Amino acid sequence: MAYLIKSFFVLGVRVGFFDWISGIGGEGSPSGMAPKPLDYESLNENVKKVAYAVRGELYLRASELQKEGKKVIALCQAPFLLDDPNVGLLFPADAIDRAKHYLSLTSGGLGAYSDSRGLPGIRKEIAEFIGRRDGYHSDPELIYLTDGASKGVMQILNTIIRNENDGILVPVPQYPLYSATISLYGGSLVPYYLEEEANWGLDINHIRQSVAAAQMKGICVRALVIINPGNPTGQCLSEANLRELLKFCFQENIVLLADEVYQQNIYQDERPFISARKILLDMGPPISTEVQLVSFHTVSKGYWGECGQRGGYFEMTNLPAKTVDEIYKVASVSLSPNVPGQIFLGLMVNPPKPGDISYLKFAAESNAILESLKRRAHIMTDGFNSCRNVVCNFTEGAMYSFPQIRLPPKAIEAAKRAGKAPDVFYCLKLVEATGISTVPGSGFGQKEGVFHLRTTILPAEEEMPAIMDSFKKFNDEFMEQYEDYRGYSRM
Amino acid sequence: MRRFATERAKRLLFGSLLASRSPPSAFLCSSPPAAAAMDPAAGVVTVDTINPKVLKCEYAVRGEIVSHAQRLQQELQDKPGSHPFDEILYCNIGNPQSLGQQPVTFFREVLALCDHPSLLDKSETHALFSADAIARAWQILDVIPGRATGAYSHKLLIRQGIKGLRDAIAAGIADRDGFPANPDDIFLTDGASPAVHMMMQLLIRSEKDGILCPIPQYPLYSASIALHGGSLVPYYLDESTGWGLEISELKKQLEDARSKGITVRALVVINPGNPTGQVLAEENQREIVNFCKNEGLVLLADEVYQENIYVDDKKFNSFKKITRSMGYSDDEIPLVSFQSVSKGYYGECGKRGGYMEVTGFNAGVREQIYKVASVNLCSNISGQILASLVMNPPKVGDESYESFNAEKNGILSSLARRAKALEDAFNSLEGVSCNKAEGAMYLFPRLRLPQKAIAAAKAVNAAPDAFYARRLLDATGIVVVPGSGFGQVPGTWHVRCTILPQEDKIPAIISRLKAFHEAFMEEFRG
Repeated sequence: MAYLIKSFFVLGVRVGFFDWISGIGGEGSPSGMAPKPLDYESLNENVKKVAYAVRGELYLRASELQKEGKKVIALCQAPFLLDDPNVGLLFPADAIDRAKHYLSLTSGGLGAYSDSRGLPGIRKEIAEFIGRRDGYHSDPELIYLTDGASKGVMQILNTIIRNENDGILVPVPQYPLYSATISLYGGSLVPYYLEEEANWGLDINHIRQSVAAAQMKGICVRALVIINPGNPTGQCLSEANLRELLKFCFQENIVLLADEVYQQNIYQDERPFISARKILLDMGPPISTEVQLVSFHTVSKGYWGECGQRGGYFEMTNLPAKTVDEIYKVASVSLSPNVPGQIFLGLMVNPPKPGDISYLKFAAESNAILESLKRRAHIMTDGFNSCRNVVCNFTEGAMYSFPQIRLPPKAIEAAKRAGKAPDVFYCLKLVEATGISTVPGSGFGQKEGVFHLRTTILPAEEEMPAIMDSFKKFNDEFMEQYEDYRGYSRM
Repeated sequence: MRRFATERAKRLLFGSLLASRSPPSAFLCSSPPAAAAMDPAAGVVTVDTINPKVLKCEYAVRGEIVSHAQRLQQELQDKPGSHPFDEILYCNIGNPQSLGQQPVTFFREVLALCDHPSLLDKSETHALFSADAIARAWQILDVIPGRATGAYSHKLLIRQGIKGLRDAIAAGIADRDGFPANPDDIFLTDGASPAVHMMMQLLIRSEKDGILCPIPQYPLYSASIALHGGSLVPYYLDESTGWGLEISELKKQLEDARSKGITVRALVVINPGNPTGQVLAEENQREIVNFCKNEGLVLLADEVYQENIYVDDKKFNSFKKITRSMGYSDDEIPLVSFQSVSKGYYGECGKRGGYMEVTGFNAGVREQIYKVASVNLCSNISGQILASLVMNPPKVGDESYESFNAEKNGILSSLARRAKALEDAFNSLEGVSCNKAEGAMYLFPRLRLPQKAIAAAKAVNAAPDAFYARRLLDATGIVVVPGSGFGQVPGTWHVRCTILPQEDKIPAIISRLKAFHEAFMEEFRG
């Protein structure tokens, strides 16, 4: 088959399929020591090559937007350029101004450790961004920058988890940073299931049930993680949802951990992004003064997608000063977050404003990217829904599609015989047949007997139809093969 | 049943605190013992209820004295002239570029080109960048999938860092040591510190697991061991022999720990030393390797100062080189070697670049290392690029070589001069003796303080060296770290001072230091 093979990896899918096979969480991963069929050496060469090609193409399509940011960083990296009379030939005036501005915020340029919490000037810019976004004042002293949001999540969980009796509520399906970190720090993951039939909606009663069940086991539930927009599920929480959650946290004396890294990736108008902090403050006392909240954001997503720079921050609300001091102390052991990543954060929260030279171009570019992502989300959702035995909720936000694959009993048996979890088996067949790489749903958690896979919506728009055709062809043939002509039988 | 009763008792105690909230169930989460003073408005995350290991962890390099210095700095800004000095001089932290050290031009050229590759397509670029920087940037971009520093590292190699860069680093290690290095043994990290944390995470199962650490030590080790719930097993360096490391001392401490039921898992060696600056002799290193082999210890070799050597009679030898030259093969000695882009002559602290080279572990353990590394996806790409540059600088014949070499030698010889000047200055002070800084970036003078001063310190609940450091700061604006932050033989006092302020500032620092010290000794003369 002549391939238009594409990988769904790149920017959005943080960890590849193969990584999950080698053991981070999820059923169906072989237990540790045995040689794995998916060791890199034994991979289909075409798959390896294709992965590269796709990534390259995606980069070449990288927006003017990213280049603007990069120009500023390049100037900051090599400040001797700023002294050169010819610098104007290579860099536009506003990049030069921005570079000078950000360099002035450092104490020794990009090469010096900054304050362990991050450069004060950048934290101030982030506080201003949050203020504009939410309509409430934000304190730069309570904003800590980190080498990517993941490090921040890990730091906060490490602060909260004392022992295996401490439970952290985590949505299922979840982004496996949470399960991995809770495991690493010796805590207990308390799952609450999102409702696939209700567009991955969050039902507070499920959470209550999970808490009750955990408490019966002697688990002290300490924190609630929400991922909004969701990963891998993409759903955006409504204001009502957030209010319910905050009330719940108040009643149960639980810290709310709001992973909001996809806040700039919203593909529908019914539920625009609202930050947990905004609702917390809207609700007034006692909730606004007592519920403890930590909110996370990053430069890795949005329309910037600067994953490799590792820039992120967390904002603390209603944490006592002494606790903040302890968090500061631990941050100082790692000295400081990387300075280029910090500058990217500054650039991200300070895009060109109306009146700036590059504003119109920026607005057009960022809109174009988001509109395109929205269209791709639709193409993908519709494409999956047109396939036999596949049901897919719409990607309301974030960067992924998480279709449910209803595997016939014979397929499940075949998987068992091959020693694989059913979704892993399906994904393997998929990649072998089409070169399309996906992550089996077991990596994220799912209800017993229900299978999914996660893909990103990031491949180029014009290639999407062909990719979905390729998938459909594979899927429908697969279902044909394993259904035994009797149609889908319910699990 | 008993648990239920305890919970109910606690609930009765805190019942009034929950009056405004509907109790979720009969069970109240168990709180740590001394919860009687619990603040009703405090919520879940208070110092009484956070992870106790966080409370236990300390890190003096950016501790109390630095917070005080920052306050003084603010005061100077708000009210110039409010203190007997014009500026705060941060001599507490190995942060060269914050004190005026210039970055290496070649490295920054390459980084800028990698950050903004469209420059490579422009003809004007040749006027602003050297040809070999341009060539190197092309090479690097070729090994970065997608030719972007914006994307996560290649999906299959996320945990470890970009393959092509690890290849370059392995080649650099082989060049340095004369023994091969495997790129798959290299894990690129956001500075060396995260790599140290990773190894502590892996090695420490409970407080019964001990890690041998030099005293004095760089407090990342004590902090990390505390954070991971292990036990620090100290071994004392001998100040009277230039901070010598004695195997007999290692043996003694190991046996002592074992007799207390501690399973000693690893030995940390910092070479060149921090804060002590000593460079290990080859013979010493061989003894250490054999010690680890015989006792079944993992050798954790912190070699971040490998390019900071200021004496002609000592040379840096990596532990990797030593083990291979002793004839030990790849799988015989578990050894983890740490390197960073923050030190040397490059001083790129803010970039957070570094790596660990992991050798001598079986496949199963390595898999676990991959797994832990991958939770954080990948280290930042600029840092990765820098690590590859640091291990592969311009060579003789390259266009930038002359200017690069001049920059490098300029920085290193200046550091050597500053080390000497400050060492002599400390030694000239009454009651102060200071070992030579053979390497690294610090001086660790010993203070023999008069009784009166020690009593005065006690009166304000401060360790004598912290008391001295605070007075020094208040009088001169110079920030040093009290020796207690690094560990020292009980009853001895030190401070750690970096050698990093620019050379032209050194005379003023020395005279202020001398003046302060004379006054201090006068004040507390018995």
